[in-house]
Order: sequence, then C-alpha cells, then structure tokens
Amino acid sequence: MPDQLQVREITPAEAQQLIDSGAALIDTREVNEWKAGHLAGATLIPPIEVAGRIEQVVPDHDKPVVIYCAAGARSMRAAIQLAQMGYRDVSSVAGGIGRWKAEGRPWELPSGTPAVATNPRYARHLVMPEVGPEGQGKLAQAKVLFIGAGGLGSPGLLYLAAAGVGTIGIVDFDVVDLSNLQRQVVHAENRIGMKKTASAAMTINALNPDVKVVQHDQMLTDSNVDTLIAGYDLVIDGTDTFETRYWLNDAAVRSATPVVHASVFRFEGQLTVFVPFQGPCYRCLYPTPPPPELAPGCSVAGVLGVVPGVMGLLQATEAVKLILGIGDPLVGRLLIWDALDGTFDELELRRDPNCPACGVGAHASVGDELAAATA
Amino acid sequence: MTAVRLPPVLRQHAGDAKQVEASGSTLGEVMTEIVTRHPGLREQLLASDGELHRFVNVYLNGLDVRYLNGLATPIGERDTVIVLPAMAGGS
Repeated sequence: MPDQLQVREITPAEAQQLIDSGAALIDTREVNEWKAGHLAGATLIPPIEVAGRIEQVVPDHDKPVVIYCAAGARSMRAAIQLAQMGYRDVSSVAGGIGRWKAEGRPWELPSGTPAVATNPRYARHLVMPEVGPEGQGKLAQAKVLFIGAGGLGSPGLLYLAAAGVGTIGIVDFDVVDLSNLQRQVVHAENRIGMKKTASAAMTINALNPDVKVVQHDQMLTDSNVDTLIAGYDLVIDGTDTFETRYWLNDAAVRSATPVVHASVFRFEGQLTVFVPFQGPCYRCLYPTPPPPELAPGCSVAGVLGVVPGVMGLLQATEAVKLILGIGDPLVGRLLIWDALDGTFDELELRRDPNCPACGVGAHASVGDELAAATA
Repeated sequence: MTAVRLPPVLRQHAGDAKQVEASGSTLGEVMTEIVTRHPGLREQLLASDGELHRFVNVYLNGLDVRYLNGLATPIGERDTVIVLPAMAGGS
C-alpha cells in the first residue's frame, strides 16, 4: 500500500490534455445518464461495476486514467477505488460532465440515438434523464389527436408541438370567430373565417416545422369517431358537448385508446385521464348526461379565458407524461380547480363494474384481451 | 354541522352560497335539510324517488358515495362533502 494514493482532481481543460495524450477515459454514471450524452472515446462503467470491470477496460496499471461523472463526486470515489487497486495515475474531473458541457467542450450521444436527440431545439429536454434522447425519440414517434382546436386545444396544441410530438391530428369543423380570440391563442385576428384546423396547423408549423399536422376538418359524430381516432396513440378531449364526449369515450374504450379529459365552466375546471380497462372511463364517472339547463356550454355561461388555458396545459402535461411513461398519470383521479379560490382538489374515481362501456361483460372481447395482456 | 360544497351551476339555488351547512347523521339527512332550506336544489340533486340523480356525483372526503352507502352513508361533523355535476365545456 503506498503512503499516499495517487488521485488528483483536475479541471476539464487539464482532462482534455490528458485525453489528447492517450489517457484512458472512464464515465462512471448510470446508463440513462450516459444516453443523454458523454465524452468522445469514453467507456461507461457504472459506479457499482467499477471494481469488477476496470481491469478488463484498462489492464495496464501504469496507464493514466481520467474518470468523470455528472458533477465530480462519484468519479472521485471511483478514482480512490482505482488507486487502492494499484492504478498509479488516476484523475477525477472536477464538476464532471456538467462543468465540461458548461464550458462548451465537445461531447456526443451514444451511436444509434435518434436524430432528434441532437437537435438543440430540445436541449432543455435532453439534459433531463426523465426525457433525454430516448424520451425525445418517443415524443417524435408519438401520434396525438386533439378533438377541438378551441379553448382547451389551443394551449395544448402549442405546447405539444413545442415539445416535439411528431404527429398531431386536429378534429374541428369550425372557423375562427372574433369571440374565440379571448382564449383560443392558437388562432389570430387575421385568420377570422379561416378553418380552425388550417389556422392551428399554421401556428404549429411556425413554431415547430418538424411536426406533422393532420387536419380532420369535420364534426366528430357517432359514425366517424372510430375512424378518426384509429392510428393515434392517445386522444385529448377538448370538445364542448356531452354528446361528443360520450361518443369519444365509447370509441376510445372500443379501441383501448387513452383519453386525456378536461372540461371547464366559467371559473372552474375538471381534469382526469381515462385509460380503458386500467381505470374508470367517462361513463363510470358520469353514467348519464345532465339535463341541458344544468350544464350550459361556454357560449351560454361564459368562461374566464385563462381557465381553458390552464386546463388545456394540464392536459398537455398529462399527455407528455403518458408518452414518456413518467410520473403518476391522473388515472382514477379527478382534479378539480377553482380559479377564484385558487384551489385544486383531488377526488378518487373508480371503475363501475356495471358500466355500459367498460364494465364486466360490456365489449367483453376487447376488455378480456387487455385484461389478459396486462395480468 | 357538515359542510357541503356546491358547484357554480347550483349556487344560484342556494342564495349564491359556495358552501352550505347542515346537520344529520347520514348523507341523506344532510341532503334533506339542505333541499328543505333551499327548495330550488331539490330537483337538481334528487330524483323523484329521493335518490341522487345519476348525473350528480357526491364525494365524501374525496370518495364517491356510490362506493360507500349512498345517501345512507354515515356522516360526521368534520366530513367534507363535494357535489359535482358533469360539465362539458371545452371551447
């Protein structure tokens, strides 16, 4: 055992010199961090594997070794381990790859990562392990259908486009009206009279030309809903009537398509996620629609413009979570927001075993298949 | 007294109150007192057979009373009741 272990902490600039003169370069982080980018020529050895794998990667104990991690702590521990094993020239990069990147030094992505992963547009996503190149690739592959390019749809469309969702379908038969512009921010005053699908597509592609927008310029009905939602990974319900919400629900249950649901009334909003056969569906929550006088639409009752804005963004948030497979989606939970009180409340929702859409016996073939697949 | 929160669409039938209070040992007793005091709420909340309408959800401490004992569910003074009707607005 030497008197003093030969471990140094070096700056990224000093590390660069050592790497250039032939030092072995070890990245001691986890695989998901590696996937978000690493130094050229580095070999990944996660912390727990350092002692077991280093001699295979660097057989020569006299060869200089540079180790880095995310911020410098794990690499320092690994460097001490190596010195104890007899490596004579071991350096840990102070500040890790975080400081390396902050200094504008070059780094690269593992081979085989999607092209989208190198797009600086998504830099703020790519640095987060929860998204990273892999998640950004999932977003690029995702196909999301918005029913309604109105109050709920406007902010959701903008943010999902910004997030890099690859395909966005929009169902709307309406044209832009001046009274929409108090809240429907995806449209513009110089587009009054234009089809909402065309107007939304214009705004989306001005923000992110990579997004493929599919314009379904038609009214959602009981007879076209199955065709409309076919091929989409998930649907965002921004409709305005009970009729369309029930049609959409039943079709979504038939095709086992998740629906991110929101509705608004004046100063309040409700939000939940319906994943067929995993949680309740819309009919489990509201088996029958209320009489019209109890549930006036926005055009009659009015709505504070920001309310659908907030709820539409919460829908987009849930959609991104579902696509990435992160967090706890609002399945079986109803979030209710009171804008005037400034309060959110959460209510528990359950599947109704007697639900005519998703209950036991209803559409048994689809439900049983899924139950078997998820068991 | 148990506090019952009303949704905006029903407040006009309760003198614009956001929340009404009533006493009773079951949800049914609390509801009966409320609709007696605010008759306009009766047809909004209760069907002709005295049961809750299917389009009105009532939550006791965050859980739908359909999964408890409905109107027969025992209730305490500190319980929170939320009445939630379906709403469809989205545009």
